[in-house]
Amino acid sequence: MTQSFRLESGGLINRDKKISFKFNGKNYFGYEGDTLASALIANGVHLIGRSFKYHRPRGFFGAGVDEPYAIVQLYRNGETEPNIKATEQELFEGLEAKSVNCWPSVNFDVGAINNFLKIFLPAGFYYKTFMWPKSFWYKIYEPFIRRAAGLGTASIKHDKERYEHKYEYCDLLITGSGPSGLASAYSAAKNGAKVILAEDKSRFGGTLLTSEVNIGNQSGKEWADSIISELKEMPNVTVKNRSQVFGYYDHNMLVMSERISDHLPKTKKFHPKQRLWYIRAKEVLISSGSIERPIVFGNNDTPGVMLSSAAKEYLKVYGVLVGKKPLVFTNNDSGYETAIEFKKNGIDPIILDTRKEPKSEIIEEAQNMNINIKNSYVVVAAQGYKKVKSADVAKISDNKEELGSIENIECDCICVSGFWTPTIHLASQSGNKTKFNEDIDAFVPSISKQNEKTLGAANGIYTLEETLKDSFEKGNLLSKKITNNENKVSFPNVVEKKSTVHDKFWCVPLPKGKSYKRFLDFQNDVAVSDIEIALKEGYRSIEHVKRYTTLGMATDQGKTSNLNGLQLVSKIENKVVPAVGHTTFRPPYSPVSIGAIVGREIGKHSKPTRKSPIHSWHEKNNAVFVDAGVWLRPRYYKRGEENLFEASKREAKNVRTNVGVCDVTTLGKIDIKGPDAAELLNRVYTNAWLKLPVGKARYGVMLREDGIVMDDGTTTRISENHYHMTTTTAQAANVLSHLEYYLQLVWPELNVNVVSTTEQWAGAAIAGPKSRELLKKLFPKSDVTNEGLPFMGYMEGDLFGVKAKIFRISFSGELAYEVNVESDNGYFMWEKIIEAGEEFGIQPYGTEALSTLRIEMGHVAGSELDGRTIPYDNSLEGLLSKKKDFIGKRSLSRKAFAAEDRQKIVGVVPLDKKTSIPEGSHLVKDSNAPLPNPKLGYISASCWSVEYDNPFSLAILKDGKNMIGEKLFVMSPLKNKVIPVEIVSSHYVDPKGERVRS
Amino acid sequence: MLHIKCPHCGLRSQNEFSYGGDATVKRPELGKEISDKDWDNFVYNRKSLRGKHWELWQHLSGCRQWIKVQRDTATHEIFKTLKANEEIS
Ligand SMILES: [Zn+2]
Repeated sequence: MTQSFRLESGGLINRDKKISFKFNGKNYFGYEGDTLASALIANGVHLIGRSFKYHRPRGFFGAGVDEPYAIVQLYRNGETEPNIKATEQELFEGLEAKSVNCWPSVNFDVGAINNFLKIFLPAGFYYKTFMWPKSFWYKIYEPFIRRAAGLGTASIKHDKERYEHKYEYCDLLITGSGPSGLASAYSAAKNGAKVILAEDKSRFGGTLLTSEVNIGNQSGKEWADSIISELKEMPNVTVKNRSQVFGYYDHNMLVMSERISDHLPKTKKFHPKQRLWYIRAKEVLISSGSIERPIVFGNNDTPGVMLSSAAKEYLKVYGVLVGKKPLVFTNNDSGYETAIEFKKNGIDPIILDTRKEPKSEIIEEAQNMNINIKNSYVVVAAQGYKKVKSADVAKISDNKEELGSIENIECDCICVSGFWTPTIHLASQSGNKTKFNEDIDAFVPSISKQNEKTLGAANGIYTLEETLKDSFEKGNLLSKKITNNENKVSFPNVVEKKSTVHDKFWCVPLPKGKSYKRFLDFQNDVAVSDIEIALKEGYRSIEHVKRYTTLGMATDQGKTSNLNGLQLVSKIENKVVPAVGHTTFRPPYSPVSIGAIVGREIGKHSKPTRKSPIHSWHEKNNAVFVDAGVWLRPRYYKRGEENLFEASKREAKNVRTNVGVCDVTTLGKIDIKGPDAAELLNRVYTNAWLKLPVGKARYGVMLREDGIVMDDGTTTRISENHYHMTTTTAQAANVLSHLEYYLQLVWPELNVNVVSTTEQWAGAAIAGPKSRELLKKLFPKSDVTNEGLPFMGYMEGDLFGVKAKIFRISFSGELAYEVNVESDNGYFMWEKIIEAGEEFGIQPYGTEALSTLRIEMGHVAGSELDGRTIPYDNSLEGLLSKKKDFIGKRSLSRKAFAAEDRQKIVGVVPLDKKTSIPEGSHLVKDSNAPLPNPKLGYISASCWSVEYDNPFSLAILKDGKNMIGEKLFVMSPLKNKVIPVEIVSSHYVDPKGERVRS
Repeated sequence: MLHIKCPHCGLRSQNEFSYGGDATVKRPELGKEISDKDWDNFVYNRKSLRGKHWELWQHLSGCRQWIKVQRDTATHEIFKTLKANEEIS
């Protein structure tokens, strides 16, 4: 196969290395150093997709990040990725890509019928056409839009690639390695500053790769290469290619995505696919250059119409001709540079210049090369459907309003230059107040909010000499400020051709009787007529016009369309462009993979997993685990074919009849020390704490200032000024912050220290009527009788040589103890408990049995203390001290909290004693009442009572105090269940609490 | 992401801190009578200012100290940070 559009020589590609690839199922080859776009053009492929709305044929418009058309679906190493720009994707062996937006194929597209129906798809067509009737939306409109529109298909498979995040600090971050980036990086690096130089493309040098200039007796590219290799050798400099700084956030935090493996057939072992850099820079130098903007004319979206700078880049970097009969349509000197490159390679271009008699060195060179130049000429419309075949051109009057007679010129591409738009995205994101520069018809950065400066073309400076001078100086000044070191570099001699002023002309008028579509936004198919309609319909703010027409809202974020859109609005509205203003630039500058944003925080890595020191024992004994906050806890221990229900019932039953042991290591533990520790507890908890004796534990409830229960737990007085507080697993971190808040800010006079000791202690709850017998075996030297260690008592003990803390506290409602040992001894303790407990029929129990035990006892937990309930609601009002003030007390006297028919916790039993009650169900009086059926309460927790062998639930019920004995209905619309129930006391088992004291 | 100068640890990124609301709110003294209105003002009513604002942050993943930060709520500019025991002037 021949590459009919590839030059015999030239370009920066490696012609020794052929690379084969596939596009839409056909095999092609290119060279190492090609992009998918350059390789396709070299092979004569000019049709790459269909447009978003009208499905018009799409070719290539740019050669890089500004590309609005050439978006493909990429296949690599068994994976697929949507929304890839062919102009950015580097070619690799075995690359496969397909067109998007085409159904059934790029050459025959059903959606293209939209093109002929376009009268029905004007501005705001989504809003208008698909608004009504509402019932059509899900079944008809949405599937239609989804099928017809879109930029590819996301894979639904798990992404096996690895993405990393990296945090970095630097003195200067420089975004772009064109002349301004290189010069500023070089002078800053020489002053010893820590510099990061980021280049989006694979090659460093920016415009120096394509411009005919001379710096210090070297070509632009040679100079760029020498600077880069010198920078790479410097220890204080990080130079990164394929790295795009896409977001500028607060306090000079910038985010950059580095594409490490996207240019390879397969990610190397132990390498990430992409890396996201969070960079905190003292100073930022924005050297992002500028993007050529199009001139608007009829059918200007036809494949073959492209930016003149792109045509030059394909020629000079890739040795590729975008056409063999080029027409260059320009309002400035840049078009001439492209024409000269064509001519040098034996191709005869025609230049149409909108200017009448421009004169400059560049123009003179073109004239000397005998290039055909037509002044005061415009392209009226491109002709051809899937590729430009010719152009209708005409002379234009001096006032740029009247067209002369139409002539037709045969051509196979139209290279357009409407002058240059500085890339101000990052500056704008940083909060820079931009200003409109009349000389270049574009916005440039003006007043900085953060530490940033914009250099070179991004700042509207278009001569190389001025750019280099300014950049060397800024790099020097800013780095000197940071390093106090100056190593001035001598300014190189610069040779460049002088250009003359551009013509402000940007839109070709329609010839009489013609209604060509003249596109502004090429990716979203927004034409001049759409903007006109939006304005006619009363949209004024540019932000509204943007949203209504979708101008600049595509994935290219209007890189080539924004300014022409503004020009149009300002012309129709008879305002100047700065008065219209530009829309807000937001990150990302260019699309970023979701994978890169997520990084390594996926699956099990999304949060740390905490395991108790006894975890491996649980694993060995068939524990099925459940996430409890960041902890993994055994939910139940599976025996044989048991399911969750059967196992948890067995475990709970064994606690009620024999003895069970539960790993309670995860409970939050806070060590509290100091002479004012009792006073702190007295203020934080609702009950009295000043008189708790040493060696005793007490149950406490703490509130938020708004009266809502925050947490509960037991706190034990270990010694005179030392307390051991426990919190629920979920609230451990919040309770510590809460205590620190009051100690540091509200009552700094209290002499108390708090510290989390959750990880320091492993805990085992030993519960059941035989637990005391077991304890005796474990601590033969200690007096653990009811007298020696009464309910809520505490003692220290010796567990076969290991120091242990023994608390007589109970969550299960049975006679129970909690034993704590230092974490390293946790496994030892557990094994000893199991071993010694064997003769008493001990079984380990998990969180499910734990729940069952506490629910049927009416002990509240997280599902009742859910941030919406006060102590009364949980029947904890007996713990509210009347004698002292405490956090949140004042709120409890608010009217709603003191209401007579206030909600309260109750027990719920199904009348049939069989049907399980779904958690979260509603309680209602009448199951047949018309909707909305008044809700009296909700089920907070459900279990199968092992004591009575029937379902039992806890509920928070309106006027719960007076509802005992009532018959109500539980309704679960989610599970489609209606269950008749009876309301009973929440203390279903052992209401007097005799067992814990036995 | 904000860059906050902890008076104890120095400049650190925002993700080490947690936000704690208006730093100028004073908790009423314990045990003192207080009207419903004054209590509501303490618990609920906040000004939600645009502009300079003294607020509390806790250096959660650092020294665990609560600090006072003067920040512009519109521009995120941070003017000053104080230790918990330093008075706002
Ligand atoms: Zn700190």
